[in-house]
Amino acid sequence: MKLRITWLLVLACVLIAAAVLFWPQDHQTGEGPPSSGAPQTDPVARGRDLVTLGNCEGCHTVRGGQRFAGGRSIPTPFGTFFAPNITQNTRYGIGRWSADDFWSALHNGYAPGRKLLYPTFPYTNFTRISRTDADAMFAYLKTVPAVAAANREHQLKFPFNQRWLLAVWRGLFFTPGVYEPDTQHDAAWNRGAYLVQGVAHCSACHESRNALGAVKSKDNPSGGLVLSWYAPSLSNSAEAGVQTWSETDIVRLLRTGLVTDGAGGHQGFTFGPMAEVVYESLQHADEADLRAIAVYLKSFPDIAPPSRQIRPTVAPSDVPVVMSLGQQLYADNCARCHGERGEGRSIVAPSLAGSRVLSMDSSIDAIRIVLYGGYAPGTGSNPKPFGMPPFYPTLTSEQIASVLTYIRGSWGNEASAISPDEVEENMTGPLW
Amino acid sequence: MLDLWSRARTIRGMKRFLRILVAALVAQGSTAHAADTESTKLDTVAQRALPCLPCHGKEGRAGPDGYYPRIAGKPAEYLFNQLVNFRDGRRFFPMMNYLAERQQDAYLRELAEYFASQQLPFDSVSASEIPAATLARGLELVKEGDRSADVPACSACHGTKLLGALPSVPGLLGVSRSYLDAQLAAWKNGLRHAKPPDCMATIAKRMAPADIEAVTGWLVTQLVPDGAGPEPSVPTPQPMQCGSIP
Repeated sequence: MKLRITWLLVLACVLIAAAVLFWPQDHQTGEGPPSSGAPQTDPVARGRDLVTLGNCEGCHTVRGGQRFAGGRSIPTPFGTFFAPNITQNTRYGIGRWSADDFWSALHNGYAPGRKLLYPTFPYTNFTRISRTDADAMFAYLKTVPAVAAANREHQLKFPFNQRWLLAVWRGLFFTPGVYEPDTQHDAAWNRGAYLVQGVAHCSACHESRNALGAVKSKDNPSGGLVLSWYAPSLSNSAEAGVQTWSETDIVRLLRTGLVTDGAGGHQGFTFGPMAEVVYESLQHADEADLRAIAVYLKSFPDIAPPSRQIRPTVAPSDVPVVMSLGQQLYADNCARCHGERGEGRSIVAPSLAGSRVLSMDSSIDAIRIVLYGGYAPGTGSNPKPFGMPPFYPTLTSEQIASVLTYIRGSWGNEASAISPDEVEENMTGPLW
Repeated sequence: MLDLWSRARTIRGMKRFLRILVAALVAQGSTAHAADTESTKLDTVAQRALPCLPCHGKEGRAGPDGYYPRIAGKPAEYLFNQLVNFRDGRRFFPMMNYLAERQQDAYLRELAEYFASQQLPFDSVSASEIPAATLARGLELVKEGDRSADVPACSACHGTKLLGALPSVPGLLGVSRSYLDAQLAAWKNGLRHAKPPDCMATIAKRMAPADIEAVTGWLVTQLVPDGAGPEPSVPTPQPMQCGSIP
């Protein structure tokens, strides 16, 4: 007991020392690279474009609710966060904030009164945004009508509900700093890097996090588990990496949410949270900005994650039986659209042979797609997308596991078998 | 510019002609035409509606476990309103919310119109397991309502045949009892919403659980003649103001 108290005291001292030593410096200004598109002189219009690219509305608006009035729940391993009201309401929103207050939130990670913000609000990315752009975003948010909607308290587990501990977290994991152009690269690359690292906050989902919720991209290029889905790695061409894609196809994927006939046989689909990003944000983005993002994404090194020994969840002796069950289920339920040999069918359904989402180590997305189906986002350039039925109501978890095992192990796919338990683990959480 | 366009069209036309010619030569005429229509066929609303069928049944009839409601032949405006309600969070059923979100009104309307245009026979349900007293109370509520509780008759809006009324009042027959019970309970408990004023929420809150059971018990025992459909307009005078009735 005594030993435990001593240990806790030592730990507390170390944490406080870390917070003090590594306390990030405040910045009051900072400039990034210029826009790659036509210069937008009206700060409100420029701010609107940036707020759209950051998909602020996505988190800060509850389904069917008033824009930016908050309330949407964000489930995390630390508990559930509720996005706050950021309308101009002076009581619940940010109606009393100054441009400096807004800058501090984005760049330094605290609200007025030096209230430390949880990094669910991705200020670890937004710190890369220039002061001019932050001011433009603020100018646009000033035009958003005030809504008197009270904020909901986050429901966090101990010790994460102790907001003061964020001081330690910041000391360890946060360094404020506007994006600094890399002179080795051209203007488009720098613009892409500025957007991807900053306002578009791609790493918030696409990079893995450590046990304390900090992005750990440097030593682990795998994707992230977020919002009950797996956001595949952009640094791995076997997952969501687009190193070998054409710029045009990358732009199409970002703008429409799907590419069925990419150059070099590439195909890509968005679902779950990424479909929302396309629908709410990227489809409205400036063409030159999307192209800049494509240039930057293409330049990512292609790194396979450290090879993991995949723990077989289905006994190897059972696999042949599961495969033959899966084959029958596939013929009955899937072949009509995906083809008898997983070759896909024109514009209606993607090919499954060689599909990256099916072959990734993480089976989460494949399982969730079969469980919940879904339509591609109904964007301006694809207003009547085709869809897939949810099989949650009509197939058992054993049947879903069998059909996935069959698909993941056929037509050149070589991914591991899936167990019914893994399917059941995905029967909760928001569908997004 | 115009010249370029017309030339592009000519080249495209020639290419298309050559493709068809080659295909015709290879496949001796008829199959080339079949392949052409097959690929056009994919791009239809019927193809786009396929994901609805595992639950809502073949061409939109109630499917496998009997819970999911029949949507074939319901008024298009009603089906459209429901898709929008799911998309915008006024109705809550995670799979439907997920399927309808991120879709535009025009597309949802097209899907609604497709299912509204499907006319299929209703399945009949046996009345033998429902007590006679329940059926009698159900009949009374459906046809007369309950004045003391300020509950109007179902038929006052859903039509004397209870098959709905154009453009947006749904039929009450041909759906399972568990579905009907769940909807009235969801309105009563604030889990289902319609455009305000939400008259069905008001009505469900005024109904005792036993009365809800009586109404749904009676409704599922009714036989429907083939070819019957919604009435051309909502009966007047309407007993209440409803946001979903234009």
